[in-house]
Amino acid sequence: MIASKEKDRPVVPPEVVSRGYWHGVISRLLRDKVSVACMIILGAIVLSAIFAPLIAPGDPTVGSVLERLKPIGEPGYLLGTDELGRDMLTRLLYGGRMSLITGVVPVTLALIIGGALGTIAGYVGGWTNAVIMRTIDVIFAFPSVLLAVAISGALGAGLENMLLALTIVLIPPIVRISESVTTQVRELDFVDAARASGAGSLTIIRAHILGNILGPIFVYSSSLLSVSIILASGLSFIGLGAKPPTPEWGLMLNTLRSAIYTQPVISALPGVMIFIVSLASNLLSDGLRSAMDVQR
Amino acid sequence: MNTPETQKNQAAFLETVDLRKHFEVGGGFLSGPPRMVQAVSDISFHVDEGTTLGVVGESGCGKSTMARLLMGLIERDSGSIRILGQEVGGTEGMSLREARRQMQMVFQDSFGSLNPRMTIEGSIMFGPLVHGVSRADARRRTHALLDRVGLEPSRYTARYPHELSGGQRQRVNIARALAMEPRMLVLDEPVSALDKSVEAQVLNLLLDLKEEFGLTYIFISHDLNVVQYISDRVMVMYLGKIVEIGSVEEIYDDARHPYTRALLNAMPSMDPAHRTESAPITGEPPSPIDPPSGCRFHTRCPFAEDICEKREPELQEKQTRRAVACHMEHPGSGHSQVGSSRHDQ
Amino acid sequence: MISEYNSPMDGVSTEPFVSIKELKVEFHGGRQKVQAVNGVNLSLESGEVLGLLGESGSGKSVTLRALLRILPPRRSTTTGSVMVDGRDVLAMSDAELTQYRGGLASMIFQEPALALDPVYRVGDQIVECIVQHTKIGRKAARARALELLELVKIPSANTRLNAYPHEMSGGMLQRVMIALALSCSPKLLLADEPTTALDATVQIQVLLLLREMQRKFGMTTIFVTHDVGVVAEISDRVAVMYAGTIVEEGPVSEVLGSPGHPYTQGLLDSTVHGSMRGSRIQAIPGSPPDLANLPKGCPFAPRCKYAEQRCTTEDPPVVKLSEDHVVKCVRPEMAPA
Repeated sequence: MIASKEKDRPVVPPEVVSRGYWHGVISRLLRDKVSVACMIILGAIVLSAIFAPLIAPGDPTVGSVLERLKPIGEPGYLLGTDELGRDMLTRLLYGGRMSLITGVVPVTLALIIGGALGTIAGYVGGWTNAVIMRTIDVIFAFPSVLLAVAISGALGAGLENMLLALTIVLIPPIVRISESVTTQVRELDFVDAARASGAGSLTIIRAHILGNILGPIFVYSSSLLSVSIILASGLSFIGLGAKPPTPEWGLMLNTLRSAIYTQPVISALPGVMIFIVSLASNLLSDGLRSAMDVQR
Repeated sequence: MNTPETQKNQAAFLETVDLRKHFEVGGGFLSGPPRMVQAVSDISFHVDEGTTLGVVGESGCGKSTMARLLMGLIERDSGSIRILGQEVGGTEGMSLREARRQMQMVFQDSFGSLNPRMTIEGSIMFGPLVHGVSRADARRRTHALLDRVGLEPSRYTARYPHELSGGQRQRVNIARALAMEPRMLVLDEPVSALDKSVEAQVLNLLLDLKEEFGLTYIFISHDLNVVQYISDRVMVMYLGKIVEIGSVEEIYDDARHPYTRALLNAMPSMDPAHRTESAPITGEPPSPIDPPSGCRFHTRCPFAEDICEKREPELQEKQTRRAVACHMEHPGSGHSQVGSSRHDQ
Repeated sequence: MISEYNSPMDGVSTEPFVSIKELKVEFHGGRQKVQAVNGVNLSLESGEVLGLLGESGSGKSVTLRALLRILPPRRSTTTGSVMVDGRDVLAMSDAELTQYRGGLASMIFQEPALALDPVYRVGDQIVECIVQHTKIGRKAARARALELLELVKIPSANTRLNAYPHEMSGGMLQRVMIALALSCSPKLLLADEPTTALDATVQIQVLLLLREMQRKFGMTTIFVTHDVGVVAEISDRVAVMYAGTIVEEGPVSEVLGSPGHPYTQGLLDSTVHGSMRGSRIQAIPGSPPDLANLPKGCPFAPRCKYAEQRCTTEDPPVVKLSEDHVVKCVRPEMAPA
């Protein structure tokens, strides 16, 4: 009897160092050339923004009207100067700081607030779900640009108000996706198994649901990074965000408008930076999504 | 309920009375009134301690819903569930949390029932930890159980579900269910998704565990062969109702309900020399939304008569602990074939 | 009228209708190369029904798909020779393949809901297939579609012609798929576990229907399944597959009655049936091999209770147990076990 019991043991798989799920995600991500390129580009921009004071050749706010609109390659001004004679390269580097803040801060705040709301709505269901989701729907019904302008306008110009406005605009889509993902995961058998073992809702959310929803929510949020930056640029463009002389790419686009006929390339530079950051973060979030979709 | 002929212990471990669950589907502002999926309707049965109750039926019969009702994963509309005589839920009797220490479930989808982001060890330890077992004790229990189900702890504790095969995952699921030290396991198609050779291994394991730990099983399956092999008593469900219940010998050798016989005759023959010549019944199981009136099987029954459409036959105890819900088995029902031995197959 | 296929078109043909030689299929999409089919040799006479029996990972479905050449071209490599009705399937051009699939050879899948297009009515899909492969006009094709639905015993066939797939149940969809497969009178019918997803009472109906259709039209049929009962019901011959090779092949009563290969023996022993009650099931220990790292020699050796040294070093020979019953094993050479 015992001998035949031994025969029922499955053949032991070869000793393989068990790597975690995230380890697999990172290694797949690193194998995707596009994602790696995006990470390098974004990394470079982030680092240059952080170390702007150290690497910038000049002062972002000081300029001489005599030096205005110098072309690219002019000795001393690597990327030319803007309409007030300030060094473009310096302003772009410092502007990166501002733009990245307008990207990262609202997204992070919206992720925390929206993620929590959506997860609760998704897990609890019923009336709680209905109340949360319909309220969010009301906010979501407004076009994002309009909403951002309205909130910003109501609160007044300035960086903090703009960040608040952007956060509010970004919360609804994150709530939507959190709720959707949580609802899907909640239907899976292993959640039922956890409930069957007598665990309470909070324990189940913490131990079982969170790990499985963070991925998709995070990926979606990272694609909102570019949306936030562009919205912020737009708000600054119409004067509702950062105030001059603060270097901010959107603001720079506005003030350089007049120079578009004389120095078109310089006028476009801030736009190019916005474009690069948006594209890179979108491609990276795509790559992240592919890396997380592991074929079991 | 407890007849002198009970096998091992005197008390039934689990008893249900008139268990019911109907789901609302559709309906709303513009779509008219919602329709009712009558998933489980007035189910009453019992399981003796230390025995295995096999539950068979096709799609829409409600066996999975019933399993989830027993585990409290779905809230029942009405009816009662009793464990060792104590009512589950409600004000007196056993709480749901306490009931969950007595019963655990093993699901069909071996992959879906494990958290893909949790290690095997974590998944098994979760239950005991929730109930206040210390980490060290929970870990010890986990390792012992993994060993018991045939998975060497040193090689499996740190792995993730996607690294295991279906059979190995199902062993993990069994270990996870046993970690709570329950006295009963509800197994919902535990081997259906496995290859035949692995199925045999897992069935052997289940039988060994039952004997070693003195467990009671409810074994749900669509595979009549497996149910015959493993069960002591068998319950046949159709469209949310029990149509027949009895010992495994009674059901397999002397099935009385036309549906049971059709199911038994629908099994493919294993002998090429004696092939099945004609299908036992035609058509498909209807949807549990708006089921047929009277006896729910009458639309497909070769013996259906007027009475079958009008009145629902009760699941009456025929001999001891054997019950059939068919008008032909109830004298005085009005069916022309009452009492006749129509064993034509 | 549907023409009933009776006899081979060519006059005297000694070649088997289907001839597969040394078929190998390798998948190289992921990180590792997976040898799904590792040297399959099969031949079928016209009108024969072959059951291809095996578990998951045995390569049975892949073999079937290779016959129809519907394996993903970029991720897989198919080598060997596949001849159907004298034509070289692996050498066909795209245009020839379009005519071949649905015309000469037809396939029925496990999930009918996946094989039928959800946005087209059922009747239209059958009509399209007929029009594609024959010279019949649309009106006549529609009449033929109705005939086919009646043939597969779909109630109210006339109304059902206009139904969408989602309006029909699983069993009915499977009948529609059979009708679709038969619509252009194929000579070769391939069935990939068509009844696995169906309820028991529906499964037996569909099996019997398939058997009836096969008898009526005399199609050569290959039926893939993991269920021994299904094989017993429907096949004339059975080939047992394991880890990409055929380990045993022969008439169904011989193979099931006196299996020669330890795997077949183990499979039959571990197939649960009620009479085993009370005793332990003789389960095959271990699990199927990793197709990305096939061991040398016989793939079943790690799990085989008769395995010897040479089983892990050399490929086992193909041994004839009787006139048409062969086994790929060293065991029959030994003294009677």
